[in-house]
Amino acid sequence: MSDPTKPRTDTGPPGLATARQAVANPLGRLIEGGHVGLLVAIALLVVVGLVTRPDAFGTTSNLISILSLAATIGVITVGATFVIIGGGIDLSVGAVMALSSVWATTVATQEFGPVVMAICAILVGTGTGLVNGILIAYGRLVPFIATLAMLVAARGLAQRMSDRKTQLIQPENSAIVELSTTRVLGVPLLVYVFALVVALGWILLNRTTFGRRTYAVGGNPEAARLAGIDVRRHTMLLYALSGLCCGIAAILIMARTTTGSSTHGDLYELDAIAAVIIGGTLLTGGRGTIIGSILGLLIFTLITNLFILNGLNTSDQLIAKGLIIVVAVLLQRRSLKERAP
Amino acid sequence: MSENVARRGFLIGGLGGAALLAAGCTSNEPSAAPTSEAAPAATQAAAGGNDEPGTKVTIGFSAPAADHGWIAAIAKNAEATAQQYSDIEFKPVEPTNDINQQISAVESLIAAKVDALVILPNDGEQLNQIALRASEAGIPVVNLDRIFPDKLAYRTWIGGDNYGMGVAAGHYIGTALKEKNVSNPVIVEIQGIATLPLTQDRSKGFADALKTYGFSVTAQQDAQFTVETGNEVATSLLQAHSKIDAMWNHDDDQGIGVLAAISEAGRDEFIMVGGAGSANAMRAIKDDNTVLKATVTYSPTMASSAIKIARLIAQGKGMSDLVENQVPQSITLASETITKENVEQYLPLGFES
Repeated sequence: MSDPTKPRTDTGPPGLATARQAVANPLGRLIEGGHVGLLVAIALLVVVGLVTRPDAFGTTSNLISILSLAATIGVITVGATFVIIGGGIDLSVGAVMALSSVWATTVATQEFGPVVMAICAILVGTGTGLVNGILIAYGRLVPFIATLAMLVAARGLAQRMSDRKTQLIQPENSAIVELSTTRVLGVPLLVYVFALVVALGWILLNRTTFGRRTYAVGGNPEAARLAGIDVRRHTMLLYALSGLCCGIAAILIMARTTTGSSTHGDLYELDAIAAVIIGGTLLTGGRGTIIGSILGLLIFTLITNLFILNGLNTSDQLIAKGLIIVVAVLLQRRSLKERAP
Repeated sequence: MSENVARRGFLIGGLGGAALLAAGCTSNEPSAAPTSEAAPAATQAAAGGNDEPGTKVTIGFSAPAADHGWIAAIAKNAEATAQQYSDIEFKPVEPTNDINQQISAVESLIAAKVDALVILPNDGEQLNQIALRASEAGIPVVNLDRIFPDKLAYRTWIGGDNYGMGVAAGHYIGTALKEKNVSNPVIVEIQGIATLPLTQDRSKGFADALKTYGFSVTAQQDAQFTVETGNEVATSLLQAHSKIDAMWNHDDDQGIGVLAAISEAGRDEFIMVGGAGSANAMRAIKDDNTVLKATVTYSPTMASSAIKIARLIAQGKGMSDLVENQVPQSITLASETITKENVEQYLPLGFES
């Protein structure tokens, strides 16, 4: 699939074709391929929930808390999907979110009020992502290594800045916390932020040149270059986008926990990557969807919720999650093979 | 609660580019962190002449690097107490989370022939050998909190009581629910890192104490001692139980996240007890506008006491309130229950999380 000299019948890298399909028939796209499995899995989990805890699972407030729980990491997952479709990987997401949350909640930043705090989180996130992007695109570092370096460095910087303390959001800046406590139509504001990020991400990936280029760069960078795409610049922008998502996620975690802390987002990178993979995105790039990633994430969040509702402990949750990753990837491989001949 | 998060910190040094970046960014760091008013622990203990300056002694001090408010308070308290005595020369070594480094740090203190050592080991088992060597070299070792398995390795152990923490929380909740005449109460427990023995001790104490009231824990979930995990776990736990009577959360730092989840869910029908005794929790108890009504201590003031004990041992004195001429071999601190009634008295001892 990566021979640039042999033009493909459907013109362009594989992602392009699927992206176009998506435009033509979004519902068909949802049902197509791995998504069937994901929807079935979610349906199964919902049935399990309704059967084991009929009183607690199906309630509106539980569904809303599942969405609130998914929101923070969901925003990060959107950015991670772009990076992985573009053929890269971002291990630094959790650490960058922690750094953004710490930077936005220092005494100095808090003096300027909630708006500046939010802007600060977004700038720190995007800036850190940009550094990742520059190192990878222009410094020719392998994404795994560059973002691993950022993971430890950002976590360290966050610890240094916060002096390893949990920084509370001061009462005068409670506007940030209201993202979590204010409800519109019964749903907390941060769920709307999550939905908005997903929608914007979907449009960016499926309806813009930027999205098509992302598939092209991830599918076959050499072909993309020959097609006139500035691959390096695009790669850099993908990591900046991921950083931006981490900045937004930092605001959400600040809202949920009323704090900024260097311990936020521990191991988020693994959850985000797992969600993206379960969602049918290829780790090698060029293929994947936002909707798939979000469904993948919802499966994880549902499992955590179900296990806690039923009083089961963390160890069992981890086993279940591990199994699901393996099964999802195996199913994906099968559906790819079926389509190949 | 002492072994904790930020396990990746140690990798930082190795990565040149990363370190450079960090340095670049921190140069215009906004005057970091909230002002640390973590007051040097109050040290107004019983002093029957023992506080009079005596023979000059050198006390070596080694502890893990601070990755949690509690450990940070340990180091701060030790130093603050040492400075109150004109007859103590305080020799702290660079704090580290690396076993090897802590071993060589203690070795350097032995070589410097200090008069007493205060050691909070990263891991009691792994540092046992070096403590033993110090003892054999004639240096009395005061073992702080995480215990050395070999009694020959230390002169005195002083530490907190994890089981007792659970008991204190259990008694507070048991009494409160009995007063309200609740039968079959829904009691929820949010643990720290479940794999740690200290967490298991806390839970056992809690269950045992509740049993004396005929109660038991309805649901138990573990978090990671962090705000975020506390928030996540609490969010779903609140959904799992539409009516809760009491909740014990093992750690006050993680409790910030738990409280955020509770207020987000708009729940206030139950009482909550915290753990460790952070300043944040104490302020919340004092203001009395959340479900948090009490916290049970695992106080880092034990470091102050350890320094005092090391001084007494090195000077050959006993504890003046006891009859014996020498300091006892083992001191287990009681886990105290802080409520609105006595919070004023504890506030200066609270540590910033």
